[in-house]
Order: sequence, then structure tokens, then C-alpha cells
Amino acid sequence: MQTLRVALLHLRVGVMTDLQYRVNFALQVLQSLLALATGLVVFSLVYAHTTELNGWSQNELLVVLGVQIVMGGVIRAVVQPNMMRFTEEVRDGKLDHALTKPVDAQMLVSVRQVEVWQAVDLLTGAGVIVVALIRLDGGVGPLDVLGFVTALAVGALLLYCFWMLLATLAFWIVNMWHLPELFEGVFQTGRWPIGIYPPWLRFSVTFLVPIAFAVTVPAEALTSRLDWETLVLAIGFACVFFAFTRWFWRFGLSRYTGASA
Amino acid sequence: MSTVPASLPEAGRVRSWVDFYLTSMRTQISSQFQYRAAAYMYLLGMVAEPVIYLVVWTTIAEDSGGTVGGLTAGDLAAYYIVWTFVRNMNLVFTPFGWEWRIRDGELSGWLLRPLHPIHYDIAGFAGSKIPWLLFYLPIAVVLTLVFDPTFDVRAAEIAVFAVAIWGAYLIRSFNQGALGLVCFWTTRVSALFSLYIMVELLLSGRLVPMTLMPDWVQTLAWFLPFQWTFFFPIETLVGDYSNTELLRGLGMQVFWILVGIAIFSLVWRHAVRHYTAVNN
Repeated sequence: MQTLRVALLHLRVGVMTDLQYRVNFALQVLQSLLALATGLVVFSLVYAHTTELNGWSQNELLVVLGVQIVMGGVIRAVVQPNMMRFTEEVRDGKLDHALTKPVDAQMLVSVRQVEVWQAVDLLTGAGVIVVALIRLDGGVGPLDVLGFVTALAVGALLLYCFWMLLATLAFWIVNMWHLPELFEGVFQTGRWPIGIYPPWLRFSVTFLVPIAFAVTVPAEALTSRLDWETLVLAIGFACVFFAFTRWFWRFGLSRYTGASA
Repeated sequence: MSTVPASLPEAGRVRSWVDFYLTSMRTQISSQFQYRAAAYMYLLGMVAEPVIYLVVWTTIAEDSGGTVGGLTAGDLAAYYIVWTFVRNMNLVFTPFGWEWRIRDGELSGWLLRPLHPIHYDIAGFAGSKIPWLLFYLPIAVVLTLVFDPTFDVRAAEIAVFAVAIWGAYLIRSFNQGALGLVCFWTTRVSALFSLYIMVELLLSGRLVPMTLMPDWVQTLAWFLPFQWTFFFPIETLVGDYSNTELLRGLGMQVFWILVGIAIFSLVWRHAVRHYTAVNN
């Protein structure tokens, strides 16, 4: 309980810090719209050459795009800033400050930094999803929404774990500057239905890098493609993945020696 | 603050330039070899982009009877594999680097040096290409084995490719350099840079082979610098250009390098007057 309170307090301070820079909001909106425009142009190009991609129509794939934008927003707002700060602190030996606090260190390094304007993508993504659902006109039931919200939460947890695993490598690797590029590159696979990838790649982006669970599964929930087995599998996998991340974090931490403090 | 490089004695001048470039390149080569893990993080992230495009377009080709816009799965594979090579080569100093240099006052130190800062960027990145290409080779082998590209290459095409990748490097160096100079006026530039990247993505052949674009886009792209940094170098190996077309492409690259130098120098002269050191 106390852990949760500390986490929320950190997040609130982070949000308040960022809210001071209001021009950044306008800039982020602009950037978010540009990214969306690029995505839409790519889609129109693809669907100029075909009517269905691996069984997904343009509007259905629009749902996938919306989910991917939402997830990207979550990652860039709360996960990536924390993880990058953490890797830098390992390099500079400043992690001592976090480790000496009387709360769980993994929790602490995961909540100290928020880039609140990046959350604009939550709105952009939600907008895309709504437009796509209206155009699909398929009718989304309450169960679909429940499945969607669950899948979204599970997906966010999985992506956090994946980032945490990569960031923990900082205990071995000094130079982690390119980590966002690595994540961003791989994350783009989530923009397309998982079925188009060759089997080895499909396996990788499902279990090694849990993009499929994070993006495709929520999108399947909204387009009534989701079966409950997949959702249960996703939840089970998230638990295992989280436990592994936790173990790996402890294992990495045991190698840490403060460099400067 | 003076921006004119101090003049060297005429006789030693060329030698000093060559010496400077070689030394900067050597330094970068050694330093890049230190950070192998970082290089692979970047390379894997970079390779994801073309692999996704390749898979998407291959799926479309297979769904529509084997080809899309006249390209087979093998052609597409060849295109996007050469893409990764070209991308390695045309990677340049990011415009965001200028934001950081100017905002942190880092530039003050650079301005005191006898050479213009862009020489350090061009020489440094040129040097880092060598270790990066070495790191990249295994990835290229894996991509070739997995995606089975079809190649039909002539000696002249390889020769032109070897030149064109450096042409692409210089065009992008000056374009992105000039864009970076906007930071002298404002440091809130990320939206502008995103716009640039979006235009480049669509008009360079980075997203899809230009032949899959609507005709008017292809015509527009021909008159802009972007496609000479992706599509043209890739097509020298993958497409079948005649010798005339190859030479014309190199000519266009020279033209855009000169335009880039002109714009960069012009903007630089005005930009540097706006600089006030914040830090350092």
C-alpha cells in the first residue's frame, strides 16, 4: 500500500513539473498529428494495391493503428523516460540514491519521470479507434470492451517488462543510447496484423518481444476476433514475464557497484 | 565571433585537410569499436523498419498473384536488403544534435576551432561507417538467407553504387545540417524535424520503391533531393538502369550536394550571429 502511495506521489510530481511547459502541448499535438498522417498515408498506399491484408480490411487495420498509437503514448510518457534515466544513473553511479531509499528499488526507478505531453497520443489513438469502429459499424458489445480494456492493461504491463529487461542490461553494457531506437524499430511491427509475418518473426514478436500481445490482442477484442483462450494466455504469459523481469532485475542489480557516490 | 577558418600556409593546406579527415575518421573507427553492443542495438532497430515494409509488400504481392507494381517477392527482398546497406551509409549527424549543441552552449568551444564544425561531423560519421558496415555484414547475410532476394548486377552498377552511397551521405549531411541550423532561432524544433522526416519517408523511396507511388508523386520526387539519397543508390544495384541513367543520377547527386552546401553556408552566415552562449 505504501509502495503504491509513493508511486502515485512520484507520478503527480512528474506531471506537475511537465505541466509548466505548456507550449510543449501544442508542439506535441502537432507532432502526434504528423505521425498519424504518415500512418494514414502508408495505409492508403497499401490499400491502393489490395483490398485486404491478411484478412484485415482497412478499417479493421485502423483499429490496430489506434491501439499501437495509444500504447506508444503510454510507453513514451511513463516507461521510456524512467528507463533511460535509470540506464544513465547506472553508468554515472547515481543509482545509489534510488537504492538507499526504503522502498522497492524497481518500483522507484519505474515512476520517477513522466513526460505528460506524450500522453497526447492516448487521445490521438483513441480518436483513431473510435473513427475506425464507427466506420466498421460492427457493433461493439460490453464484453468486447471489457476484453479490450483487460488486453490493453496486460499489453502495457508486458511492454513495461520488455523495456525493463532491456534497461537492466545497463548493468553489463555501458552505452545504452540507442535503446529507444531499438524499441521504436521493433514496436513498429505492431502496426500490422501479426499474421503477415513469417513464423519465426511471429514467434519473436509474440513471446520474445511481446508486441503481438500488446497491440494485436486488444485490437482483436474490438474487432470481435478475440477468443477467450488468447486473453487467458496473454494474462498467464504476463505473469510469467513479470516474474522473469523481476528476477532479471535482481540478478543485474547484484552486479551494480556505485561508481561515484 | 569569427566564423572564418584561420588560413593555413598554402603549401600545407591540402595535406592538413586530408590529415584532419583521416585522423577524425580513425578516431571514430576506434571509438565505435568500443561500443559494439550499442551498435547492434541501433542496427537491429534500424533493420526492423525495412523488414516490416518488406513483409507487408510481399504479402500484398502474394495475395495479388505474385507481383505488386511489377515487383516480385524476390525484387522486393533485394530492394529492402540493399535499403539497409544504403541506410547505414546515409546516416548522418542528427539535426537534434544542433539543438543540444546550441542549448547547452557546447557550440562555443566548436566555434573557437580553426575548422567549421560540419567538417567534424562529416569526417566523424564517414569514419564510423567502416566499423558499422563490419557489424552490419552478418545481418545482411541473415537477411539474404531468410528473404531470398533476386539480384542481377553489372560491374558498372556496382561501381556507380560505390560512388552513389557517398553522394547520398553528403546530400543528407548538408540537408540535415541546414535543418539543424534552425536551432539558432528556436530550440523547439522537434515538430519541424518530424515534418522533414515524414516528407523524406514518402518522397525518397525509404517507405516503398518509388515505382509503387502514384505517378505525380514520382514526378515530384524526381525534382527533389530525397530520392537521390535512398531510391537512386538502391536502384543502381537492384534496378536495371542504363549507363546514361546511372550517370544522370550521379549528376543529380552532385547538383544536390552543391545546392546543399550553398544553402548550408548561406544559412550558417546568418544563423551564427544569433548565437549566444548559455553555458560553458
